[in-house]
Parts: sequence; C-alpha cells; structure tokens
Amino acid sequence: MVILAVTLGLFGILFMIAISNGMVEQKIDASIHNEISHIQIHLPEFMQDQSLAFSMDSVKQMEDEISSIPGVRAVSSRIKALAMASTAATGAGVIINAIDPEKEKAVTKIYQFITEGDYFETTGRSAPILVSKKLSTKLKAKIGSKIVITIQHASGELAYGLFRVSGIYKTSNAIYDEPNIFVKKDDLISLTGYEQGKASEIAILLDNVDQTDPVTDNLRAKFPSLSVLPWKELEPILLALSSMMDQMSYFLLIIILVAMAFGIINTMMMAVLERTREIGMLMAVGMNKRKVFLMIMLETVFLAMVGTFFGIVISAVTIHFTGMNGLNFAAWAEGYEAFGYSALVYPSLYLDFYIGMTVLVIITAIISSIYPARKALRFNPAAAIREDA
Amino acid sequence: MGVITTKDLHKVYSETKVPVNALNGISLSIEEAEFTAIVGPSGSGKTTLLNMLGGLDAPTSGEVYINGTNITGLPSRRLIDFRLHNIGFVFQSFNLIPVLTARENVEFILQLQGVGKTERQQRAVELLEAVGLPDKIDNRPGDLSGGQQQRVSVARALASKPRFILADEPTANLDSKSTAELLDIMMKMNEQYKTTFIFSTHDQRVMDRARRIITIEDGKVAKDETK
Repeated sequence: MVILAVTLGLFGILFMIAISNGMVEQKIDASIHNEISHIQIHLPEFMQDQSLAFSMDSVKQMEDEISSIPGVRAVSSRIKALAMASTAATGAGVIINAIDPEKEKAVTKIYQFITEGDYFETTGRSAPILVSKKLSTKLKAKIGSKIVITIQHASGELAYGLFRVSGIYKTSNAIYDEPNIFVKKDDLISLTGYEQGKASEIAILLDNVDQTDPVTDNLRAKFPSLSVLPWKELEPILLALSSMMDQMSYFLLIIILVAMAFGIINTMMMAVLERTREIGMLMAVGMNKRKVFLMIMLETVFLAMVGTFFGIVISAVTIHFTGMNGLNFAAWAEGYEAFGYSALVYPSLYLDFYIGMTVLVIITAIISSIYPARKALRFNPAAAIREDA
Repeated sequence: MGVITTKDLHKVYSETKVPVNALNGISLSIEEAEFTAIVGPSGSGKTTLLNMLGGLDAPTSGEVYINGTNITGLPSRRLIDFRLHNIGFVFQSFNLIPVLTARENVEFILQLQGVGKTERQQRAVELLEAVGLPDKIDNRPGDLSGGQQQRVSVARALASKPRFILADEPTANLDSKSTAELLDIMMKMNEQYKTTFIFSTHDQRVMDRARRIITIEDGKVAKDETK
C-alpha cells in the first residue's frame, strides 16, 4: 500500500508538473518564434508611441552588423504601425507589420501557420495582405477579399491603401492573432511615403535562448542610443507566467506530499499493529528502542523508495511518450487559444526535478514513519507478546 | 544468592475498577542449571512472575536479582541490554520472524549483540544442529512444523549464552511427540550448557520432567518441591 501510494502520488504530481512545464515552455517558445523573437531593437520612443515617425536609419548596415555577432541566427527588420483595416462589412484597429517576406521567414514561423491562401506568393494588381483567421471572421473577409488600410502618411495626412487578402493564418495565440496583419515593406512604403532604408523594429533570432543575455549586452554596447529589449522584457508576462506555474506546481506538490504522508502513516500504523507480537518479541529478547525505531523508519523509507522507483519509471515513460506525441486537448482548444496557449501540449520535465522529487519523497517517508515508530515504542513487551495474531 | 532471587515481590494491576493483586509477596531463589516448572491454575500469577523474572514488567514492590544485579530499578535502556546478554526467551507461539530463515532467526540475537558475521553464522548452525535441525537451517518458519519452530526458538534463546531461559507454556501448541522431542532437547541443553530453564506451564509432561516444581496460588508460593 505504501508502494502504491508513493507510485501513484509521484506519477500524479510529476505528470501534472510536466504538463504545466510543457505549456509554459511552449508558450515561451511560440512567443519567441512566432511573435517577438529573442531580441528586438527600436528607438526608445517607439515603445510609447508606435508611430512611423519613430524609425531607425541605416537599417541594412545594422542588420549586417548584428548578423555577424556569434549566436545570432537570423535578423529581420520591420516597419510597424497602428492602422485601421476596413471591409464593406466593418472595420477594426490593427497593427501593420510590413516585412521582407523571405527575411521574415528566417526569424518567425508565421508562414507555417497559413491555413488558407499563401504566404505572399500570389501576385496581382492589388497589394497582398496576410490576416489572421480571427480578423478575417470579424471583417467577413476571405481569400481575395479587399481590405482598405487607413494609416497616417509621412506628411501627417491620412492615407488609404487597397489590399487584397492573399493568405489567412492562425497561430495558437488568439490574442496575438487578432490585431496583427502582414504586408510587404515596399507596399507600405509606397502607401505612406515612408523612407527607404528605415525600419521601426529589428527582430533577432538566436541559436539558443540561453544566449539572450550576452547578445543583449553586446547589442546594447554597440547601439547605446537604441532600445535593445530581450524577450523577457518585451513580454514580462511570460516570466511571470512561468513563475506563477512554478508556484502552483509547488502548491500542488505540497498537497500531494501531505496526502502521500497520510497514506504512508495509515499503512505503517496498520503494519505496526499487525506485528505487535513480533515487535513485542524483539523488545523482549533485547532489541533496544533506538533499533526498533530505526527498523520501522528504514522499512518505511525502503518501501517509499521502491514506490519512488516505480513512480519515476512510469512518469518518465509517460512524459517521454506524450512529450514526443503531444497531449491533444482539442475539446478545449478555443479556451486554450483565447489565453494564448496551444491545445496540443508536449509535457516536459528536467532530470533535476526527478532528483528533487525523490529527495522530497524520502523526507516525507522519514517524517511519516515517526508516528508509527513511536507507537511501536510504547508497546509493553509482556502484553504485546501475548497479543492475538 | 542464586542465579535468580526474588524478594517479597508484589504486583498490583490498577487499570481495572477493582485492583488485581497478581503477586502477593513472592520470595524465591533459583540456582544454576535448575530445570524448574512454575505451575498453578489460570490467574494464579505464573505469567506475571515470569514477566518479573524476565524484566518484562516491573513489580509494584519487591526486588528481582539476576546474577547479583538488582534489575528492578534498572533504567529501560540498561534493562533491555541486560535481557539481551543474560536472559533467553521461549514463547508459547514461537514468535519467530516469518521472513527470516531458521539460521537468520538464531543469528538475529547474535547480531543484536554485535557478534561478527562469521562467528554468528557458525554459532547459529551449531545450535540448530544441537536442537536436531541440521537440514532445516535455510527453511523459513512457514516451512517448519510447530515442534521444529519451537526447537528453532530454543536455539535462538540459547544463542546469546544466557544464564537462564524463561519458557512460557512452550508446549501448549505442540502434539505429544513434538513435546517429548522438545523436552529432550531442553534437558540436553540444560545438561550441556548448565543453562537454567524456568517453565510456566500447565502441561503434566513438563512437570514430569522438571526437577523442581514451584506451585503458585493466589499470587503466593503454595508449594516448592525438589525431586
């Protein structure tokens, strides 16, 4: 029973934490690879007012310089601005991302989320535009539909541009999808009178997320007048999310360990009471109290370790399998995506967590054994020996 | 002074509404190599007396001396250690550890005493051979008959080279043949090792073999006969 309690308790907590870890890791990964990249560079004023007026010069030179930094995998510059998108049905406020499609492919994976149409491959008279599924539904637009973009011209007047929907995309983050639209840089430049060679934002993808801090420091030293922001500062909520999930996991962990402790105490109490005669005999023939106490404690710990072994093996196999194939919560997909999470979760757990859990289970077993062991010490050997089997 | 000496032992159990006077002033002396049976009707105080002699229970008043040591006032830890090195026990229900083999059950006492592995294995085998179980050394209690289990129990009791062995109704769960075999072995051990054997018993077969019979009635020594 102790083995079963520990096995099931451990499997439960490890799998739950692996799911929650997986969700957070995927969320961070998706944000970096689909939305914000590892690092972004802007003019400091741009973060307060996403206006075309706050653009960086000599962007091509900057891109070349950044590309040569060790750890940088790809660089893409964008013109970004707030605008209005309208169809015959209705209108909506949007964020225009004017990109170089080929360069952008190296930095974000939006092109992989096209569900209808294509990624700027169709040519025609009207400029192509990529909208999200959510926005297309709102605007009642489909592939080939016309969308009018209203945006501030460089002269300060309003400019109106006609675009045709060439592609509809859908990521797992409905919050990101709704306002973000993509057009070609040249098309936005010709609409707004924006200067060539400038950009609102430079997005940088690294080889490895661990290189974020050193590359950020490097860029800040190279471009001291610009705002260089790593993903943690661009989306501090990601870190907060990770921290919140950790705290929830610890809370669940405590609950499960307490439940496990009660299971162990209950089972070991039964074991001690069932062995009253045996324990009475041991005390009668000369086993001292310290040894009786240690005997019960060690039995509990050994049983818990066997349960830990099975719990870890079952957990590791399950997490590995589901980590490769994913857990599909399709039934709740809409709910997940509304909060920016994918409904296909890949659980993951690092080795140090398994080790930590093993230590915690052993500590729990030791603490749980105290009460049954003390109960055994209170046996009167003379009476215990004569207890009915 | 004998191996065991008691002086005016009294034991009152006050857990019930009406206190029970289990022992009412027992003074006796038992010498080395005695083969003594303590007999009496149920409720006479035999078991209580045996518990006092074994240090398993404390008297309400009076003293118990074993080899000149007053065990009555010994602190718990010292008393447990004293039992380990001086007293052997044979129980009515054998009380062997079911997951250990016969040899391991005997070795167990020696392990508690801190005896080295080689020596305790050797001694365990010697004792099991002495009690007539050379071919049952690696059997667990579940594979042994009642008589065989009790012989293992005797071997275990002898393992620590005690001054005396207390046997509480050792033949109660045995048939005639097993009882006879067990008593033969105990008498042989008594002669060979000069170990004192003290029985609490109703069994006439045990009384017939005992060289001294102490009869307890109402918590007192009613008769003390040496054959």
